[in-house]
Amino acid sequence: MLEKALTGKRRYWTWVFFLLGIIGAGFVTYLWQLKQGLSITGMSRDVSWGFYISQFTYLVGVAASAVMLVIPYYLHHYKKFGKMMILGEFVAVAAVTMCLLFIIVDLGQPQRAMNVILYPTPGSILFWDMLVLNGYLFINIIVAWTALGAERQGIAPPLWIKPFIYLSIPWAISIHTVTAFLYAGLPGRHYWLTAILAARFLASAFCSGPAILVLLMLIVKKLTKFDAGKEALQALTKIIAYAMFLNVFFVFLELFTAFYSNIPGHMHSFEYLFHGDGVLVPFMWTSAVLGIISLALLIPSSTRNNVKILVPTLVMLIIATWIDKGLGLVAGGFIPNPLEHITEYFPTGFELMISLGVYATGALILTVLYKVATTVKEEAAT
Amino acid sequence: MENSRRKFLKIAGISVLGLGVKPVVDVVASEEPQKYAPNAEALRGKRWAMVVDTRKCKNDCTDCITACHTIHNVPDIKNPKHEVKWIWAEKYGHVFPGQEHEYLDHSVENRPFMVLCNHCDDPACVRVCPTKATFKREDGIVLMDMHRCIGCRFCMAACPFGARSFNWMDPRPFVKDENAKFPTRMKGVVEKCNFCAERLAEGLMPACVEACKDKALIFGDLEDPSSEVRKILSSNYTIRRKPELGTNPMVYYIV
Repeated sequence: MLEKALTGKRRYWTWVFFLLGIIGAGFVTYLWQLKQGLSITGMSRDVSWGFYISQFTYLVGVAASAVMLVIPYYLHHYKKFGKMMILGEFVAVAAVTMCLLFIIVDLGQPQRAMNVILYPTPGSILFWDMLVLNGYLFINIIVAWTALGAERQGIAPPLWIKPFIYLSIPWAISIHTVTAFLYAGLPGRHYWLTAILAARFLASAFCSGPAILVLLMLIVKKLTKFDAGKEALQALTKIIAYAMFLNVFFVFLELFTAFYSNIPGHMHSFEYLFHGDGVLVPFMWTSAVLGIISLALLIPSSTRNNVKILVPTLVMLIIATWIDKGLGLVAGGFIPNPLEHITEYFPTGFELMISLGVYATGALILTVLYKVATTVKEEAAT
Repeated sequence: MENSRRKFLKIAGISVLGLGVKPVVDVVASEEPQKYAPNAEALRGKRWAMVVDTRKCKNDCTDCITACHTIHNVPDIKNPKHEVKWIWAEKYGHVFPGQEHEYLDHSVENRPFMVLCNHCDDPACVRVCPTKATFKREDGIVLMDMHRCIGCRFCMAACPFGARSFNWMDPRPFVKDENAKFPTRMKGVVEKCNFCAERLAEGLMPACVEACKDKALIFGDLEDPSSEVRKILSSNYTIRRKPELGTNPMVYYIV
């Protein structure tokens, strides 16, 4: 089926070569990082994880969110999601691939990455994260590719695929839970040391991931003959509304515990992120305001079901959740440092270029997979 | 054609088999005698620990830092974002956050508090390391295998004492007088205080302890009731950093 990605209109190839250009630039920058060390990033002794690890965390959520299609379709037999299933799973494939790349570019000695397998350490959450992420990638490739192959031949997917589909449900929850455990089990990092972190991660994932998918579906509808269906998108938007509500609610729970208890350690990171002249303060307020506005627009069905309002709403939601998880989360855990000194963090141009390269790789994978899927679907329809 | 392919496969198969058998043969039939034996002079302990007597520590004195950083080839990187440090001075309020108050004794407020790896009994850094590159020895010393470290910096996120440094760049140009007896590091790996494991093995006290003229740093075996650290602990009120986190630090402070 992959050969369908080799024929396309001019528009398709322009996009592919554009992405390849960015990937190339990102790769060259990465070679520079390999030579110079991670000193070309904005990270420091005090803020020892930065943009790479936060992108990884955000994208694990995007990947996990495919389950928001799988559960209604396979467990509740909501057939309207049928057309979108494969496209949702392909988003997961692209997202997990980006996650793995972000881990690799963050390593100080990437050529030793296999040490994680050579010296397996089940006590380390990173070991489990490696297992669940690779497993999830594998499951989604198998499930989506097999289903698409069946669709091309106009037959039902083979029965042996069913266990993989059911397995993908707890597995999706597990990838984001394990990712939250990377943070939530560390003593002395108050911003992360909270039992609700995994739940918060899942809530923000289940609103931001489907939001990205809805926007993708609208783009695909414009560019190809494939239409996910109005009802399906409205149902997915309802899921986004619930998840976003939970996400905002969970943040309020955190704020209550921190500020009503008045325990300094619990308040420090919030104070740093939202108060004073820290570099992240304007971003965090942008996130808070956009988050609240998007939630307010998602709750009434009149604004939620109006595509003209929905698109900016989802864009706001994606920006809000991205800043929260893709910028504030990691920095907030490290600032103030264990000795209560404040070292600011902001990604450098090099760091952003490498990240852009990883995102372009994900976009290229997604483009190729979507090209194949939409072509197969168009052919099957005629 | 057919014949030669079969031949090729046969040889390839036997070769692979041979590769698999060799390590087994090595184990059973290794003739080499033990080349390395522990130094008879080595200091042996069951639970190494340190007491920092902050009353004796003088401002502007950097003897322990210089000794440690010179002996261990710690690079002298000026940019605080990229610096590597094994032992350094902090103010009371930063070492014991939450314990400071505005009426604090001035001598305590202005005194240097030396901080270093606590060689915790239940180290969070060891728990999170995905490759066992950082590990706890039987005598309690938490060590780094610089050749195994992948540079993921999970240990730095886990350490609640900020004791670990990462080599953000190649450290070698920043090492002035290289000590050939101790390895230099490469970029992309984490490092920290090793309680001078290499000196203990030669029967020497840690470099910082030896360098301190004021005897503000005391090192010894916690499980030996007659050791100096035990005597000091039983006759002085001592505190540790962040005991509530359950890592059980092995560096004690007399304030």
